Formats: sequence, structure tokens, C-alpha cells
Amino acid sequence: MSQVDASVELRPKLVGARVKRTEDPRLLSGNGRYVDDMTPKGTLHVALRRSDQPHAMIRAIDLGDVFDVPGVVAVFDATDLEGDLTPAIPTSKMKNYYATPIWPLARGKVRYVGEPVVAVVAESRYAAEDALEHITIDYEPLPFAIRQVDAVAPDAPLLHEEAGTNVIISREFQRGEVDEVFAQAPVTVRARFRMTRKTAVAMETRSYLAEWDRRKRALTLHSSTNIPGIIRDVLSGCLDLPGNRMRVVAPDVGGSFGGKGSLYHEELLVCVLARRLDRPVKFVSDRLEDLTATSQAFDELMDAELAVDEEGRLLGLRADVIGDIGAYSIYPWTGALEPVQVVSFLPGPYRMAAYHGRIRGVLTPKPPTGPYRGVGRPASTFAMERLIDMAARKLGLDPAEMRRRNLVNAEEFPYRTGSGIIWDRSAFQECLQAACDCADYPALLRERDEARNQGRWVGIGFASYAELTGIGSRIAVAPGMPINTGIETAKITIDATGAVTADFGISSHGQGLETTLAQVIADELGCRMEDIEVRHGDSALVPMGTGTYASRSAVLAGGAATKSSHVVKAKVLKAAAHLMKVPVEDLEASQGIVRSRSSNRSLNFKEIAHAVYAQMGRIPHDQREDLVAMESYDPYFGTACSSTHLAMVEIDPETYGVTVKRFVVAEDCGRIINPMIVDGQVQGAVAQGIGAALLEEVVHDDDGQCVTASLADYLVPVASVIPTIGIVHVEAELPGTIGGFRGMGEGGTIGAPAAIANAVSDALSPLGIEIDTLPVTPDRIFRLVEAARAANPTERTTA
Amino acid sequence: MTTAKREISVIVNGLRHSVLVEPRMLLSDMLRQELGLTGTHVGCEHGVCGACTILLNGRSARSCLTLAVQADNAEIETVEGQGTIEDLGRAQRAFRDHHGLQCGFCTPGFIMTITDILRNHAPSSDDEIREALSGNICRCTGYEHIVDAVRELVREKEARP
Repeated sequence: MSQVDASVELRPKLVGARVKRTEDPRLLSGNGRYVDDMTPKGTLHVALRRSDQPHAMIRAIDLGDVFDVPGVVAVFDATDLEGDLTPAIPTSKMKNYYATPIWPLARGKVRYVGEPVVAVVAESRYAAEDALEHITIDYEPLPFAIRQVDAVAPDAPLLHEEAGTNVIISREFQRGEVDEVFAQAPVTVRARFRMTRKTAVAMETRSYLAEWDRRKRALTLHSSTNIPGIIRDVLSGCLDLPGNRMRVVAPDVGGSFGGKGSLYHEELLVCVLARRLDRPVKFVSDRLEDLTATSQAFDELMDAELAVDEEGRLLGLRADVIGDIGAYSIYPWTGALEPVQVVSFLPGPYRMAAYHGRIRGVLTPKPPTGPYRGVGRPASTFAMERLIDMAARKLGLDPAEMRRRNLVNAEEFPYRTGSGIIWDRSAFQECLQAACDCADYPALLRERDEARNQGRWVGIGFASYAELTGIGSRIAVAPGMPINTGIETAKITIDATGAVTADFGISSHGQGLETTLAQVIADELGCRMEDIEVRHGDSALVPMGTGTYASRSAVLAGGAATKSSHVVKAKVLKAAAHLMKVPVEDLEASQGIVRSRSSNRSLNFKEIAHAVYAQMGRIPHDQREDLVAMESYDPYFGTACSSTHLAMVEIDPETYGVTVKRFVVAEDCGRIINPMIVDGQVQGAVAQGIGAALLEEVVHDDDGQCVTASLADYLVPVASVIPTIGIVHVEAELPGTIGGFRGMGEGGTIGAPAAIANAVSDALSPLGIEIDTLPVTPDRIFRLVEAARAANPTERTTA
Repeated sequence: MTTAKREISVIVNGLRHSVLVEPRMLLSDMLRQELGLTGTHVGCEHGVCGACTILLNGRSARSCLTLAVQADNAEIETVEGQGTIEDLGRAQRAFRDHHGLQCGFCTPGFIMTITDILRNHAPSSDDEIREALSGNICRCTGYEHIVDAVRELVREKEARP
């Protein structure tokens, strides 16, 4: 960084400061380097012929006159690649699980519309796409069950015959005698909730470029992934290349939100083709492919029932959930990631003795589901928070008071939920209170009631939730997954010029980790921020790094950075003590300068590094150490992040469109490294939550076709639909992690759908409408209002 | 289909280029692949997301919905013309100051849309600013920091005599 920000220079401590991002100048000036910005000489381009059938045998593939198209180099189907690799297997220790193998191209049959079948390799993408239309695939259609309720039936057509069933994931959690609790409960509420299928829609579509180095017999995959280390490890196995000849680099990556956090067919494909053709091979997905063949999300059908006493205290919860996981179990998370989290987190941040949750993950002919911001918890929070409001309404209790009576109190920590999650040191009650204070809840209620008296549909909704973030090795991110996601490594080097290089296994793709990790290092090592180069997103940097996902990077990489900084700092001080001939205890390091407290002497890092590396005899030869450290950090249990969201909405009685008028987030994310970046994460996640609540839905019709395959059909929020979001940071007792950081990147997407569903239900409460399906589109609201009016023609339809 | 290449002449960020292109080549592809100006990003290729926004003869345009041959003799401005890493342009600086970007992929399109807004339109209220930005999708920021940046630019412009 050539220019020094005043904000950097003036601050004694950088952690906690609004430091401007070091990533920004390159990204703002058009100098970002995303995968598609790289086109090495001789690059070949891939276009894919994808399945237009949801479930069919591939009888024959006729290439026609495809080679008459100028620029076409080669064409491949699955049979051509059999000997080039072994498939990736998303294994798990879960009982009753079947791991569907992942190949580059469909073998023998297709299982969803959009699955890649034939790859055309050409001198340009234009030529490759021209060639696609010359190919004819002869399919024999097979029966299929496109809806999850049909796919779980014992006689449903099987998608993977080898599995013997479509239900490849099943799990139950039980605590207490839940049926007895319900039999005796004074008040119960129940509903069948549906959180429909979503997709991440990162603005950069998935992009891959593989280069084969014939001299070293080594492969480099440039991938728009957020898990380069995991991808390196699996490709190493599939392609039989050791890790020192298989490298995965994620350069600048244009967002992921989870959609780029799994292994894809096309990553295997470009690697195999580059090695086979001895040319760089690139595949860049277009938006249609992104909307039909990138991992999708949620798609949960949740029958849930809550029992409460007369005072609104929660007695028990039972739920039967069917998660539609699509056609394959995704690598490495498996299809269990999303649905199992739904039942794990369903009891929420509440005190409750009895719980029974059952989940079945079922195969359907749709794209696989995988991680998407919030994973499982947007659905579980939607169902649980709706039940809380439904119970409150039945009891005539204020929804804030209902939550106050049931949220786990500080003195009850650590608290074990009915599913076995342990909540500790988290500001559950404080966040609820802070949200009410920030929004001026009593005034908001008056405003709503006045509007209601005028006949307007205005409503207020809460959502309180807690999530596990920065998870250590005690808990697998996905159940039974054999990869350790609980460790991160930082390698910090001061070279002979005094420059600091910090290498990580994480992979920033918008989070600003180049900035925040440099803030941590500058404080802990005592160097200047502008002297630090943070490197990440490259499997060659550290022995193992799994990437950036699951709200882990600030906690795990921040902890590893702190540990490594301390080791390097000790080495710097020891060298300086020799050079300055003072005891090491007399020295302190700050801003890249080591000072002696007892004298006026000082040396900067550059002088010390030069003495250590370049000058003979300055430091006793048996005392000299390289200024390097590589430490890893495992928080073991990890942390919790909790929050209450409060939304006020108004529904237009003419268009049935929902406007979010007010939105407040009170959250506890521990010690904040950079408030500007934290606010940006909250705002972005809430916007995605608002999208999930009001707009976004992947729709497959009864023929298995995706009918939301453009951005004119799959609607994501634009600036005019997102309100200003009020944010309150609440800090409870800090977690036991190094630095006291908590992960917080996903929470907005967890709370917002539930808060808006509750607000819309409140707005329509004069009609007795309870929202059970998201998104609440104008079409759905219209149908609900029509049905309510038909059921009760004399009821006033506005207050 | 005729794919015979045609020579066109364009001025991009003040520099004249003669380029041989197929008639069907998109302007976005020409900028990225023929001229190496990869700051212009392609997000949807159907005109919805706005990532590919450039200025064509001074007005914002979707370069993914424009053929390169349509830009023959035109003057084009892209994000690369707005500033450099060492010396960011005014809108780029406002984005940095307000944390108006995260992954940075949609950002060049926003910068060009905002350049057009500031030159040719006069949004004043936050609602008008949000409306003016609603042809560009950002999936990271939730827009608030972008609106903050544009508000500052608008106020600055309003303050000028």
C-alpha cells in the first residue's frame, strides 16, 4: 500500500477501528482479478450440453457434424473420461446414509435438468456454444417424483437405485417425554411451514481455469471457490496427484454465500481436460447455468408443533421435517448439512424441556442443495419464531414479552438445548431489549395501531435466534463429515527487507479479511499495517486450510494470526535484545519499531530483519532464528452469535406487495475487529434475508423444469426494496476464543425471513392469517386474503 | 450464420482502437477479450444485473446487450478510465470511504451507473437515489453503504455553484 490512511496512523490499536479496506483500490479501479479475467495463451473454452430431462437413461449421443464448426477441438462424454479420474465421494459417518458419487459428466443417466452431459472444447466460448446445437442426445425418460412429499413415499421411483431408497439421510433428536407434554399442555399451536428453495446468486458466476504444467507434471486450478484447500485435497485423490503437484488458487472471488463452497462437476472436468489436452482449459458458467446448476438451498417442509403453558412458557416442541436435497449429496458437506441443522437448531435460544425433532433428507431430480448463508437456521428460525408468535397471539401476550419469558437468561449458561447444542455467554435477553429500545417499540406499536385504525395493513415482527460460529474441532460443520473444519493455520514471515507476509488457509471473497487479519497482526506483532501482505485463497500457502465458510474466518484465522504474531514478535524482540544489548524484557514493539524502555534506543523491523538475515556476526550464530512462525488455532467448541431482528412492514391492499418500513438488528458478535465491515456484513445478510422472505424462490414445475432460470424470474433485492437497517451491537461476556471474536457473517439471513413473516402475519392478523410459506409474494398474500374473506365474509377485512 | 469479421473503430477511455470483430460479438466480450479491459464484468448476459454497465457516448449502457459493431465510431468509458489503484476517481473514493463494496464484482457497473447519474440526473432524496441505483444488483452490501456513498457525491454536486 503506497498511501497511508490517516485513520491507520493515528490509532494505537487497529482492532476495533474503522480501517478502510486494503482490497478496495484494486477492486474499485477495475484491477480485480477474477478467474475469467485470466486467459493464458492457448486457452481452450468449454461449453456444456446439459440435461433437459429430470430423470432419464442416456441411450445414445450423436455428435452430428459438430467438428464442422470452426474452432471445435474435442468433444467428451462420460465414457471418454472413465480412465482419467476416480469420482469424488461425499462420505459421512452418519447412519443410514448413502454417498452419491460425483463425476464430471453424467454417466448412463441424468438426474436433474441442468446436469452436464457432453463437454465441447473449442478455441472460443462462441465456437463451443455453436457446437452444442449440433449434438443430439437420445434419452429414455424415467419416472420421477419432483416434490419431496412424493419422493419419500416407499413406492416412489428411485433416483439412485444403488441406494435402495430416496431417503438417504434420517436423524432424530429427542429429549423428555414430548408426547406426554403435549397431551397435558394447556395451549398448543401447529403448522406446516415451507421454506422454499433458494439459490445464492453470487454476482460472479462459477468460473474455473485449469493449467497443466507438463514440465512438472503439475496441475493448477484457478477456481471461484471459497474452499480451495478442500478442493485441492479431493482433486488430489480423484486425479491421483500429490498436493505438491495439485494446487487450487481462488483469486479475487465475486461472492459465494455458500454457492461456491462445494466441489462441482466442472472443477473435475477442466482439470481432467487440461491434463489430457495439455492446454489451459476454462469454463465460465453463464447465469442460466448458475441458476440451474449451482447448489441450491433450504427447500424444507416442516410440520412443527409447540406446547406452552398459560403464562406462555415453552413446554415442548415436536417437528417432522423433510428436506429436499436434490439429486446428489454434495461434496464435502453432504446433503445432510442443511436439513440436519434445521432440526438441530429448531429449539432456538429458548428454555424448553421436551423436544422431538425428526428429519428426512430425500433425493429429488433437482440440483443438489448445499450451503447457503445461514444454512438450516433460516428455515428453523422461520418455523420456531412463527410458532412463538402464534402461541403469543393465542394467549393474548405481547410477542416481545413472550420471548422475554423464554429466552435463556445469562445465569442459566451454559444451557443445553433439546438437540444437544450448548449455548454459553451470549446476549440473548440483551439483544431482545436492545432491538426494542433501538426501534422504540412502544412508539412502533402506537404507529401500527393508528395505521390499523385507518384500515392499513401494517405489522410488526420479531425474530430471536442464536447460531454457532467459529466452530472448532469438537463439532463437525456437517454431521459425520470426515474433514476437520475446526482448525486454521497462519504462517507469518518477516523477510530480509523487513516486510511482513501472512499466509492463511482461509479464502476471502468479499469479507475483507485481507484488512481485518492485517489489523489483528499489526496489533499483535507490533508492526505497521501497510507493511503486511495478507495472502489467502491458495492451497500452496499452508499445509491445510479449508477456506472461508460457516462464519469461521475471523475467529479461527484471527486466532491463528494472533498465535503466530506472538511467536514472531518474541523472535524479533530476542534479536533486538542482542542487537541493542539490553534484556528482552526491556523491549516493546509497536508500529514496526522496537524500543527500549530504559534507554532511548530503538530499531525498526527493517533494521532488525537485515541484521538477522543479511549481516554476519550481529547475532550470535547459535542464537539466530528466522523471523517466521506457523501456528494453528482450534477453538474446539467455538462461539455463539445471537441476535434479535425487528421488522415493520406494510402491505399494499391494491398490489399485495410488502414494503419493509423499518428494520432493526441487535446482535452480539463479541469483540469487533472492524465496525464498518461488521455493519456491511449485517446489512448484506439482512438484504438476502429480505429476499428470501419476499422475493426469492427457485421453482421447478411438475415436469422437473426450472422455471426461474433468469434474473427476471428469480428475483433478488435491488436498492429500492431494502430499507435502512438500524444496527445495535451488544457485547455480552466475551467468548473464550483468542481475541474474543465471534463469527457473524450469516446472521442477517437467519433472522430476517422470520421477522418479516411475523410482521406480515401481524399485519394480516385482522383477517386471522398466519404465514406458513416463504417467500410471501403478492400472489401468495392475495390467495390468503381471498381465502380468509371467503371463509369469513362478514369479517371486516381491514381493521 | 455469417461470422465474417468487421473492423470497427472505438475510442475507449480516450484512446482510439481499431478492432476486428465478428458481427455477433458482444461489446462486453470485445472490451474484455480484445482490449483486455477486464474491469467491465459480465454478471448475467441478459441485461438485468448491471455489472457490465459502461458509458456509451456519455450514457450508461449494458455492454452485454450491445454488439461491438453497434459501438463503431462510438466513445466508450469504462471503470478503468475512472481512476487508478494509486489515484482513485471521486466516486471510487466515496465507495472506499463508505465501504460500498465487498466482493467487488458488481462495483465497476455501479461506478459507471453513478457516473451517469451524477452527470445527467439529479436524484436528491434517498428514495430517488435508491431508485436510480435499482438497475444494478449488488448481492453483498445490502446497498446501504452504496447509498451513503452516492448521497455524499450528490450533496457535493449540489453544493457546487
